[in-house]
Amino acid sequence: MNFSPIVTMFYLAALIAIVASIKVVTRKNTVHALLYLVISLIAVAVCFYLMGAPFAAGLEVIVYAGAILVLFVFAIMLFGLREDETQYAPSHHGISMWFGPVTLALVLLAQLLYTINHQGIQQQLSATVIDSKQVGILLYGPYLLAVEIASFLLLSGLIAAYHFAKDVTHGGQQ
Amino acid sequence: MHDTWLKLFEISIILGLLIPSAAMLVWVERRLIGIWQDRLGPNRVGPFGILQSFADLIKILGKEDWVPPFSDKLVFIVAPVIGAVCVLMSFAVIPFSPNIGVADLNIGLLFFLAMASLAVYSVVLAGWASNSKYALLGGMRAAAQTVSYEVFMGLSLMGVVLLSGSFNLREIVLSQQSGWFIQTQFVGFIVFFIAGIAESHRLPFDLPEAETELTAGFHTEYSGLKFALFFLGEYLGVMLISCMSVVLFFGGWLMPEPLASWLPAIVWYLLKVSVLVMVFILLRTSLPRPRFDQLLLFGWKYMLPLALVNLLVTAVLALTEVI
Repeated sequence: MNFSPIVTMFYLAALIAIVASIKVVTRKNTVHALLYLVISLIAVAVCFYLMGAPFAAGLEVIVYAGAILVLFVFAIMLFGLREDETQYAPSHHGISMWFGPVTLALVLLAQLLYTINHQGIQQQLSATVIDSKQVGILLYGPYLLAVEIASFLLLSGLIAAYHFAKDVTHGGQQ
Repeated sequence: MHDTWLKLFEISIILGLLIPSAAMLVWVERRLIGIWQDRLGPNRVGPFGILQSFADLIKILGKEDWVPPFSDKLVFIVAPVIGAVCVLMSFAVIPFSPNIGVADLNIGLLFFLAMASLAVYSVVLAGWASNSKYALLGGMRAAAQTVSYEVFMGLSLMGVVLLSGSFNLREIVLSQQSGWFIQTQFVGFIVFFIAGIAESHRLPFDLPEAETELTAGFHTEYSGLKFALFFLGEYLGVMLISCMSVVLFFGGWLMPEPLASWLPAIVWYLLKVSVLVMVFILLRTSLPRPRFDQLLLFGWKYMLPLALVNLLVTAVLALTEVI
């Protein structure tokens, strides 16, 4: 294996992403956990960039780290959560509680290991840069249906949010 | 290896000029506001008071750098650094002249937007880590304001991307050789500039730190160097938004031909930027501060539709090859 600067940077970013992700689930303090999630997302964006997908990297930071997680932090600030409120967490740690998540995680792990071992995929990850124009052509060409379905979903989510947020108690009109 | 050292040299020159000029901007602003309000402003330190910022720096360094015992210490210390670093990082993609500029990134515009959206954390975390009511209210206002205004800041720039066909800032400048984008993207510029004021928390959109209602908002608990970092970040933000406006809408370093040969490209660029910085300062002196709900309503009810319509009209005109 050759360790060119790019490859070293990739593994460094990947390592940061893994460590930060572990910290996300082990922190007691909710805001600290979210901050580690932000770091993890930025590290993943760096990985995307190094793998030749600058557009995906940019959107990862703008949409996930810059918008969605800000809203998470906002909500946690709003509710004044500091320490994780453990007294409300389910108290029994039986096998039944662990079974579901562990099975799903194992399936994912198996998939990941298979993908890493699969030779064809490794060759595809060469240094071809996919620019924003190609992403756009793909989104509005072969994947048009997926884009439209996603937009339906978002629109319905927006309407539902509007419905729930509507003030009906103080003489707000139906 | 030689190139790397040259790049490092360029970066240090740009940083070494940016930070002092942000400090100078404080003096320029106070002096200009003084003149517009028919008084003198700071004129005691050095000729015309030009060393005022230097005196302020000495004062700030002399202050106790206090971390409140009730705060979340690490986050409290990191928050102002995040803000300043994000703004300084954005300067990396700005093309100052045909051959000055740190990174020629093919997603330059997205990088700027990404850094702008990460800069929110500085204010939000400062408000949260301070663990005091005023700071928390300021931080929450900042989060709501920035997330709202970010949406159409990005949308307003898509018209420019559509016309130039690139996210690369250098290519965007070069595609304005036949005419600056301010002619066709006037609405886009207005929306971007308003969003830019909101992003840099300047009056009239400085509600996160509105001193009449929140003492000092998110930086209530800050003092000394950490406060200076917030202050520096704000003025760097003003310069950044001005630089970006010039690059995207006013042709960057380009000038029409008889004028272009009079002065070097970088001088033209800096002149344009300073005019926009003056507009920022003039807006600060002349506009009152709205209420917070008015600010958000203005954003979602007027700015967002305006940005969307602008994008639609630009797309139609570009497709029919009118512009």
